[in-house]
Amino acid sequence: MTTATRAAGAGRTNVDRFLTLIRVLLIGLIIVGFLAFIAQQIDPGNAFAKWRHGGEEANRLTGEQFKGLVVTGLSQGAMYGLIALGYSMVYGVLGFINFAHGEVFMVGAFTGFIMSNKLDEAGYWEGGAFIFAVLFTVVICTLVATATAVLMERVAYRPLRGSPRLIPLITSIGVSFFIQNAVILLFGPGAKSYPSNPDWLQQRRTFLDVEGTKLLVIFVAAISMAGLWYFVERTKTGKAMRAVAEDKEIASLMGINVNRTIVTTFAVGGAMAGIAGILWGLLFRSVIATTGFLPGIKAFTAAVVGGVGNLGGAMAGGVSLGSAEALAPLVLLEPLGVTGPSQLRDAVAFTLLILVLLVKPTGLFGERLSSEDRA
Amino acid sequence: MTATANQPMETPEVAMVSKGAFDADWNKVARLGSLTALALVFIALAGMPVGLNSRTIVDPILSMGYLSLLWLPLIMGWVSSKEIVLEGMAASKRGARDIVTGAAVGAIGGVGLSVLVLLLNQFDLRDPLVNWSPQLQEFLNFNGGIGTGVWIWIPICAALAAFGAGLVVLPERIRKAIITAILAVLLLSIFETFIVDVFDFLDDLLYANDGGLTLIATIAIAVITAAISLSGGGEKLGDVKRSYQTSTGSEHKRQTAILVGLSVAALIIIPIFTGKITQELMANIGIFLLLALGLNIVVGLAGILDLGYVAFFAVGGYTTAVLTSPNRGEDWPEWFPILPWWGALLVTIVMAALVGLFIGAPVIRMRGDYLAIVTLGFGEIIRILFLSDWLSGYFNGAQGITNVPPASFGPLDVKGTDPRSVFYLVMIFAALAIYISWRLERSRLGRAWMAIREDESVAEAMGINTVNMKLMAFVVGAVLASFSGAIFAAKVGSIFPTSFLILVSIIILVVVIVGGMGNIMGVIVGSVVLIGVLGGPKQPGLLAEFSEYKLLIYGALLIWMMLQRPEGLVPNARRSRELHQDEFLQDAWLKGEVDTDDDDDPNGAGMAPGGAQGATA
Repeated sequence: MTTATRAAGAGRTNVDRFLTLIRVLLIGLIIVGFLAFIAQQIDPGNAFAKWRHGGEEANRLTGEQFKGLVVTGLSQGAMYGLIALGYSMVYGVLGFINFAHGEVFMVGAFTGFIMSNKLDEAGYWEGGAFIFAVLFTVVICTLVATATAVLMERVAYRPLRGSPRLIPLITSIGVSFFIQNAVILLFGPGAKSYPSNPDWLQQRRTFLDVEGTKLLVIFVAAISMAGLWYFVERTKTGKAMRAVAEDKEIASLMGINVNRTIVTTFAVGGAMAGIAGILWGLLFRSVIATTGFLPGIKAFTAAVVGGVGNLGGAMAGGVSLGSAEALAPLVLLEPLGVTGPSQLRDAVAFTLLILVLLVKPTGLFGERLSSEDRA
Repeated sequence: MTATANQPMETPEVAMVSKGAFDADWNKVARLGSLTALALVFIALAGMPVGLNSRTIVDPILSMGYLSLLWLPLIMGWVSSKEIVLEGMAASKRGARDIVTGAAVGAIGGVGLSVLVLLLNQFDLRDPLVNWSPQLQEFLNFNGGIGTGVWIWIPICAALAAFGAGLVVLPERIRKAIITAILAVLLLSIFETFIVDVFDFLDDLLYANDGGLTLIATIAIAVITAAISLSGGGEKLGDVKRSYQTSTGSEHKRQTAILVGLSVAALIIIPIFTGKITQELMANIGIFLLLALGLNIVVGLAGILDLGYVAFFAVGGYTTAVLTSPNRGEDWPEWFPILPWWGALLVTIVMAALVGLFIGAPVIRMRGDYLAIVTLGFGEIIRILFLSDWLSGYFNGAQGITNVPPASFGPLDVKGTDPRSVFYLVMIFAALAIYISWRLERSRLGRAWMAIREDESVAEAMGINTVNMKLMAFVVGAVLASFSGAIFAAKVGSIFPTSFLILVSIIILVVVIVGGMGNIMGVIVGSVVLIGVLGGPKQPGLLAEFSEYKLLIYGALLIWMMLQRPEGLVPNARRSRELHQDEFLQDAWLKGEVDTDDDDDPNGAGMAPGGAQGATA
């Protein structure tokens, strides 16, 4: 039931007209905002800016600020991308949104918090030992997150395979709720802080003159992505995963152990979320039980933006979402005279989701769907 | 599948296999046992025993804290002795084997706690685990010396689990009597505040001074209820229920009228005799019932999983607040009127319908799961907008809109300080919502929704305009939620963005699902049980001590319901048949009526889901 066939077959209804109006409005808003931004950069005192800012001049964005926004966007986007990979892979294989995937990420971040503090007490979280400490933490976080994801699949999702579509989705909402509150009860409701990163990471400026932590995040995310790409495209297990995503029954006829492949998918997705979790901890140095919820939803948004089921797309979607979220408030909304635009970051992310689903529902890079979805 | 064991077997060719006492399925024992142990340790470390210890169930001997641990081995023992009996297959006799299995499961669970006690004595892990406390250690050692608990927990858990398993072995009547007695004691003690509130004289009779039933009262209640159950009291009640269900025509109508009349009278009379706290509780239940009824139309009837349902609640609340409060934002133009509550309600209805259309239109053609996330996104966007500085000139941002006047109807004021009036008002709207849902369910529109829920493509092929029908569901749901929001605004007297978190959406969803999707009675039961006992997102329930743990319980309930009973506590006959289609087909095949699923036979509603049991009956 695609929009295209309906529009061709049934003619335009009021709903179609309304949707077109929304599309035009949203895209128009983006264009006007962007033009206003350019005008403001050229002349902060132009007529439009004065009108929108109550007679005062707009604040011109300096190059330094702009670069800061881009780097922030990229590093956040890299994390969204890593989480989105898990959504995308599970969606490809099982055809349902694992709402609780954000909690796997949170579990990773929490494990990172415990590990980093213990290592800090032992004096390994500084100087040269830091690298090994981080590597060790990444390994543990990945393991814990993987275990969480696999357990989740075993307990909550496997018994529901083959049931109506919304049932596993509702279950995953329950799982998300449960994990969140279990963490609150076990570890307390407050925000937990990571120990401060060593100075050389915090302050060193590279030739790009960017904070080292953000570079580290982007770097690790890129490596993980490359590793995942190799795993999915070049190994036998990866091939099995792609086959199961294509058609479960035929894959099992070809001698692929579907159950084990699904578990592998959850495990790999969980591992990526675990890595994203520790990166989040290094970047923001604070984690709370609800940390996983919004990034989880946004990562889903990233997966949709990039095209669900498409690994490269998930990463690209994450980066675009992160950048849009960082840039749009100051580049689109501020020139339009919106006060306190940074508060609207989350709203920007969700609006992007709606916009993409309205304009190009298959996402930027197309969508690979398993046979059940095509029907 | 316990029925098979106790009924005289009608089919002689199926032999009962008796097994020795130690012939247990040790794999299963290990699995269930370690599950019990893990769950017990989790509950202990989640802080439930210590946090709940202040509430007494039976005065000197049992507190809610111990109950929070002890129920688990009991249930697990019962689960361990459950066996799936297939039609035509050999079933094993119940006996010592089951009790041994149960005891073993319980003992392994007890070992879990004992290990925890040992670890508590040896290590200090308080840094990440907040509940790794001396209080927990004291609690698990029964306030005795270090190490007392190590040896006590194993036999306690084993005994409880053996008891649980033993329930299966006992004859049906005795089992029923025991379960009734246990439930009666638990209910009477959980509903203590409510009961004392209504029936003052029971306070000294049943309850101890600092809460909880007295030991004598407990024994008396257990004996009396067990006796009633043994003398067949429960069966008489069952007979009445059955005669109601099987009656037809004018007789059925008469009985329904009596039932509705009685419940309405009870709802009018009860609040007169209760105190403020109970009235407040009932008002909260009403507000959430109204929300749940609305969501039931969207999720239960039309099958649209709307996770941003709270948006309509927020729109209802904010519209009412803006139109009635003198403290609304400064940017509203001068001419913008300040209306009385009922005048604002009319505008609220229109606003909610418009927002329903606005949110509905873009999402209506998306696949179910995309729709869920996008509606969730809309819910967040609306909350963020109400919270933002950008619109703070209109909605006051985080400060919210205060001074919302009470809803006045002539001499009557409905306001938060008088929860009884709120309850009556909310009940009027709930009655309206129930009537609307009930009529809609049986209308052309309702049938169209159900068709869409089952299969959208087929519904479309049948000539249903799916887009318009789904939009209608959104609008009706939105309007019902906005009623709730309007009453909420008048009740609280102020509106803040923090009242409209996604959490609210999810709790309403749990209420609808636990009660029974698509079933009005189920939704009522769900809101009374969940909101009444556990409490809403911010509102305390009867178990006020549970406020810390209720969200965890909501999550666990949602998972458990989806896995074990997706049709809810009070299932909708048609919906549950859809969910258990395989089992129904199997039943039909066993009975030799292969095509029962095609024709809508009137007895179909009475058929309980449950594989082999239906076939043996």
